Amino acid sequence: MALITAFDEMKGLDGQVRPAYAALSQWLAEVRPEVLDFRRKEAELLFRRIGITFAVYGEAEATERLIPFDVIPRILAAKEWDTLQRGLEQRVKALNLYLKDIYGKREVLKAGIVPEDLVFQNPVFRPEMNGQKVPHDIYLHIAGIDVVRVDADTFYVLEDNARTPSGVSYMLENREIMLRLFPELFSRHRVAPVENYPDELLATLKSVAPDVASGDPTVVLLTPGVFNSAYYEHSFLADKLGVELVEGGDLFVKGGIVYMRTTQGPKRVDVIYRRIDDDFLDPLSFRPDSALGVAGLMSAYQAGNVTLANAVGTGIADDKAIYSYMPEVLKFYLGEEPILKNVPTWRCREPDHLAYVLDHLEELVVKEVHGSGGYGMLIGPTADKAQIAAFRIRLKLNPRNFIAQPTLALSTCPTCVEAGVAPRHVDLRPFVLTGRDRIRIVPGGLTRVALKQGSLVVNSSQGGGTKDTWVLDR
Amino acid sequence: MLSRTADNLYWLARYVERAEYLARILEATQRLTAMPLAYTGETNEWESAVATAGCSAAFFSHHKEANEETVTDFLAFSPSNPSSIRNCFEVARHNARSVRTALTMEMWEAINGTWLELKRFGNKSSSREEFLRFLQWVQGSSLRFDGSAYRTMLRNDAYWFSRLGVYLERADNTARILDVKYHLLLPPQEHVGGPLDYFQWSSILRSVSALTAYHWVYRDSLKPWLVADLLILNEQMPRSLASCYENLVQNLDRIAGAYGRQGPAQRQARTIRTRLQNARMEGIFQQGLHEFIGEFIDDNNRLGAAVNQQYLA
Repeated sequence: MALITAFDEMKGLDGQVRPAYAALSQWLAEVRPEVLDFRRKEAELLFRRIGITFAVYGEAEATERLIPFDVIPRILAAKEWDTLQRGLEQRVKALNLYLKDIYGKREVLKAGIVPEDLVFQNPVFRPEMNGQKVPHDIYLHIAGIDVVRVDADTFYVLEDNARTPSGVSYMLENREIMLRLFPELFSRHRVAPVENYPDELLATLKSVAPDVASGDPTVVLLTPGVFNSAYYEHSFLADKLGVELVEGGDLFVKGGIVYMRTTQGPKRVDVIYRRIDDDFLDPLSFRPDSALGVAGLMSAYQAGNVTLANAVGTGIADDKAIYSYMPEVLKFYLGEEPILKNVPTWRCREPDHLAYVLDHLEELVVKEVHGSGGYGMLIGPTADKAQIAAFRIRLKLNPRNFIAQPTLALSTCPTCVEAGVAPRHVDLRPFVLTGRDRIRIVPGGLTRVALKQGSLVVNSSQGGGTKDTWVLDR
Repeated sequence: MLSRTADNLYWLARYVERAEYLARILEATQRLTAMPLAYTGETNEWESAVATAGCSAAFFSHHKEANEETVTDFLAFSPSNPSSIRNCFEVARHNARSVRTALTMEMWEAINGTWLELKRFGNKSSSREEFLRFLQWVQGSSLRFDGSAYRTMLRNDAYWFSRLGVYLERADNTARILDVKYHLLLPPQEHVGGPLDYFQWSSILRSVSALTAYHWVYRDSLKPWLVADLLILNEQMPRSLASCYENLVQNLDRIAGAYGRQGPAQRQARTIRTRLQNARMEGIFQQGLHEFIGEFIDDNNRLGAAVNQQYLA
């Protein structure tokens, strides 16, 4: 991996400061290290006071910890954001059309763009949704698209998160903290605001209420409860949206209509922004042991009396096995070239791809289609001969189970580390909202940063942190 | 608002109130038992503390004997007593976390700060001094929470439901003290006590923080029938049954006004208030103080059930 030189978003490949970073770079040169260190500690205090913690609950003892926050912002120029925004809109539009098609006419399968077995034998495919109409044909209301950058012009989509993407509270709180700590830095830039995200989200959710709903539809946020690791985000969003934060037990279904229990009696619910997985939504339809869901919710949904955001069964859009087909899927529905590329992916189920992968195992990352968390994975450049040989056998035995990708050099951004400021690898998760009227994206997203030197892993569980993401106004 | 949210706010307030009450009982008991026997009589004050806390049955299923060690542990720290001070704060904080959006920042910081600090005190106090500091900290924490609710909450149903929790719990607590100590509060003509009972009476007043109030209201030395009057009928006294019911009626009426509907809870509260307003101590003594209090505790429980049925379930 050491062979690959990463693109630095501040200094490019040649060490020349790029225009978007001019003011920040100058500021970094002026600011005394102890000031930076002091602000960093202040930021941590603020996070603790507000209580933005991730809950990690063990058997007996409950602990709550912070995700590290890096005070140096990541900056995107207006032009870069324009490209990203157009690419994200295009991608999410295609994902929605694809979901409608998969649970409808299945033309993409008939045309042979996506192999049928990858859909029908996939555990995240929901047969309950076959032929099921959803309000206004929107399946994917809230998408978190993970994007990585490899050079000045190229952004890749690393992953589509189409189920219950999280992290948007960090986007909002990071900005709040930055505004409090670095007002002078903001005065040197024109940063596009993100604080209207909750407003845009509420407008989106109201716009997709079923036709039977009244003029001012009732929206609720459904959480698995206080023991969920993202509970803080759920309560934060409900508060900002001004909607009730409900648990399964607060809702009930009667006569195909969903109600919540209030102090003034049952109140009809029109839109549920659910942060519960499909499996747990309705014990009558899915996992019977689920205590988190609402009995009969699926029947109310199927009767068209309530909107679930996101729709049931969207997992079939962000599955790893499906991912590699997305560029062709997009072309199929929109007749356009994708603006945001996929990471080049070899599908080992196809003989010529397999042949290439077998010849280049030393330089590729090979993943199991249904694996996650880095298990059952080969990272060619760091593996030894024996590991590669062993993997070669596994791969030949069951090629359908694997995909391969080149080892990407994620771009880096200046980041506070022990020894001052140094480049660290980053990714970006912008949030894309699809309503009945239009698609809304606030300029920015959640930047995750790998705090360990050389590490490409940005996950918070493995030493990743977050940064504020600034999109400069033109 | 969601019934669950109202329920959580109601119980959050009840548990914080209960924690404070337990701390007062323990403090008063510790004080009483520190005195020479000649001043306090032969009764086991620790056993009566357990009875006043309303958990005799639970206590004796865990301990054979009620003494300082077993009772302080059970009422203050024990995880096996669902109403120990520690558990009260644990449950209160859990409830607060589930309804964070319905709390103000100040309330959240008060209860969350209490919960974080609770860990610092550990499971046992090494000395009476340390335990007393703990008890005073508990009372301070409860006051801080109550004060932040009073100062920062919007005056809407969320606030009214939390007040219902405070006053139902407080009425129950005051009634329980009276229930355990009724034999000490005799009417004038039967009064035979001497200086011996003085410390019992002052201890009762201390557990409802009313010792100073007594002197201001009656401008008299401690008389048992006046102590009973203060705790039952005096509307100026914030922990009296009459004052609790004045507040319960008010808050229930505000809820009914906002929702445009009266219900069984409003009617029951009003009936109990009227009975307290019309009562005189002579009559209560004639009827029997013990019977009167027993009936009140049952009525108060029934009102709790009615509130639950009408709004929280």
